[in-house]
Amino acid sequence: MMTLGKKGSRRGLAAAYPTWFYLPAAIVFGVLFLFPTFASLFFSLTRWTLFQYSFIGLDNFRQFFSEPFLVWGLVNTLIYAVVTSGSKVVLGMLLGILLTSNVMVRGLLRAIVFFPVLVSTIGVGITFTMLMHPTNGLINDVIAVLGMKGPAWLTDPRFALLSVAFVDVWKGVGLATVIYIAGIVSIPSEYYEAAKMDGANALQRFWNITLPLARPATVTVIILSLIGGLRSFDLIWAMTKGGPGFTTDVVASVIYKQYQAGFYGLSTAGNVVLFVLVAAIVVPLSFVLNRKEVEA
Amino acid sequence: MSHAISRRLLVAAAAGSALALSFAASAQAEVKLNFLVDNAPATVKASEALAAAFHAKNPDITIEVESRAAGSEGDNIVKTRLATGEMTDVFMYNAGSLFHALNPPQNMLDLTDEPYQSDIMDIFKSVVSENGHVYGAPYQTAMGGGVLYNKKIYAELGLQIPKTWADFMKNNEAIKAKGGVTPVIQTFKDTWTSQLFMLGDFYNVLQAVPDFPQKYTANQIKYATTPAALRGFEHQAEVFKAGFLNEDFGSASYDDGLRMVSKGEGAHYPMLTFAIGNINENYKDYINDVGFFALPGDDAAKNGLTAWMANGIYGYAQTEHPAEVKKFIAFVASKEGCDTQTEAVGAIGPYMTKSCTLPADVPPAVKDLVAYFAEGGKNAPALEFLSPVKGPALEQITVEIGSGIRAPLDGAKLYDDDVRKQALQLGLPGWE
Repeated sequence: MMTLGKKGSRRGLAAAYPTWFYLPAAIVFGVLFLFPTFASLFFSLTRWTLFQYSFIGLDNFRQFFSEPFLVWGLVNTLIYAVVTSGSKVVLGMLLGILLTSNVMVRGLLRAIVFFPVLVSTIGVGITFTMLMHPTNGLINDVIAVLGMKGPAWLTDPRFALLSVAFVDVWKGVGLATVIYIAGIVSIPSEYYEAAKMDGANALQRFWNITLPLARPATVTVIILSLIGGLRSFDLIWAMTKGGPGFTTDVVASVIYKQYQAGFYGLSTAGNVVLFVLVAAIVVPLSFVLNRKEVEA
Repeated sequence: MSHAISRRLLVAAAAGSALALSFAASAQAEVKLNFLVDNAPATVKASEALAAAFHAKNPDITIEVESRAAGSEGDNIVKTRLATGEMTDVFMYNAGSLFHALNPPQNMLDLTDEPYQSDIMDIFKSVVSENGHVYGAPYQTAMGGGVLYNKKIYAELGLQIPKTWADFMKNNEAIKAKGGVTPVIQTFKDTWTSQLFMLGDFYNVLQAVPDFPQKYTANQIKYATTPAALRGFEHQAEVFKAGFLNEDFGSASYDDGLRMVSKGEGAHYPMLTFAIGNINENYKDYINDVGFFALPGDDAAKNGLTAWMANGIYGYAQTEHPAEVKKFIAFVASKEGCDTQTEAVGAIGPYMTKSCTLPADVPPAVKDLVAYFAEGGKNAPALEFLSPVKGPALEQITVEIGSGIRAPLDGAKLYDDDVRKQALQLGLPGWE
């Protein structure tokens, strides 16, 4: 009975417009989204030169998974996604609290934190590449003034990935902060007043009020930055091109390089893999996080 | 044929048919051809000079030069435009392995029977041919892959041009001992520059294993298991281990490398000789301080140059003006075409047209290069002109070997895996 009722209501919604009204959107969706999706599934099963293709079954996937750099790329992708996502949650939360307090020139400070989000990623990448230059970059010049020798931030395999992740956090933390500001502002001030009456200190108030009640903001930040981290490409490409060698390769840059090399079928297969990977991580995560929110 | 048609139309026009008159007018109207070239400043300059010179001779044909990115991004642009039927009438592209990946019989005009072919060097024709048909004519000059060196440093320390790898390392040792100057310049910000030790060593590989290219194409020989082929990778690791590199080798760019070798901040820069043109452009005052020698191998008696062929100029198979396209290509490949290029950008290497000559006052590095092509000089084409198999990840692998991240043998194995993909993509026999 329930399902019947649901069906009925859905049909009622559908009848709100005549069929022709849906047609423009349906055509756009079909041509620009549906067709490419199925075409890419098909071409991922072929060896494709753009001029001709031959059907080779799952060989591309076998090749892609035996790619020596792919395992590295997967590990790097996960490290990068977790590091940037985690840092954005922590820093975004702290900045959010600071910028919802009665700090001076609050509006200006909020704008300054958000500013890097508005700058082009490639521009940020090129700027930091210069700042991080081992011998004449500003960062190592400053370290030299302190009497130490800074490392080769982007060309030493031990630091390269984390250096790029740092820039990603610098650029992206503004968005996380704005989400947290919105979340924290929406918490009614009565809770804090009541807690103060009961003698709760600042840490207790943060732990028992702000943190749980800002949960929707946390969920949004984690999911957005995790997806962003998993498919990150532009900043890494602008700063290291996956190098030195393969040390900062992520899945997206491995795919791009296959495309550059003209292995169109193989890189399409890589995109299918990336799609499945992102979905496999984010869908369950979003399910778990949202369910807990309801319980809370 | 088209001549006959337009004449018939003119007759009809004389008879007074208004319709035919308009046709005749369009038949005589200007033809505009688009010419796609890479965006290196020297290429664009030379291409525009050729377009202008050709237009002066043929006022009814205008050539419009269009530029695109170079490197693998450019490869994609060319492939995509061919696949979507959007290619320009005439285009410049590499000869050799990259040429074969474009499916020439389907995409390019057949130039086999053009009258100028007898004036083109056979070695060039072999790298723009498929199944006995010639599809390209030479554009720009041949190059060498070897070492650009600073002549002032060599004079100051009394060093000799090394004929063996051991001599090369001894020179580096002497330069390092003197201090203040980098013995070997590496510039891994532009990753492609890291490949020279390996690719430029191919003349030496060929001396040890003459049938390497054939066996390599047929999947019968590997870099990792052929000691002579492995040497290039090992050399690169040796200069790193010996501490001969500039401190910022990981972040330095190609242009940094040119500056260092021109101004004497560094002594050796393994490079392709087209860089001489860029030095001429950016560090003109120092052009006479730069010389060139081939990468030395183990045996001084067998010293020779790994040569890169000139680029090709090709006609698009679906052009609406094949006759005009062929006329322009003939012009580019003629002595007049060579002279126009020399006048525009200077001569940076030998032309592949037999009747072309170089002026007497070329820079010293070009003189050094031309000697390898002259009578008694020794050279062999790079592997990419003898085999279609070239792996796309080589530049990352050589960056790792050259930065001490990966051992040479390990890198060679990785490269052997990498080329397999290319071979499969090309559908070569013996790789499935």
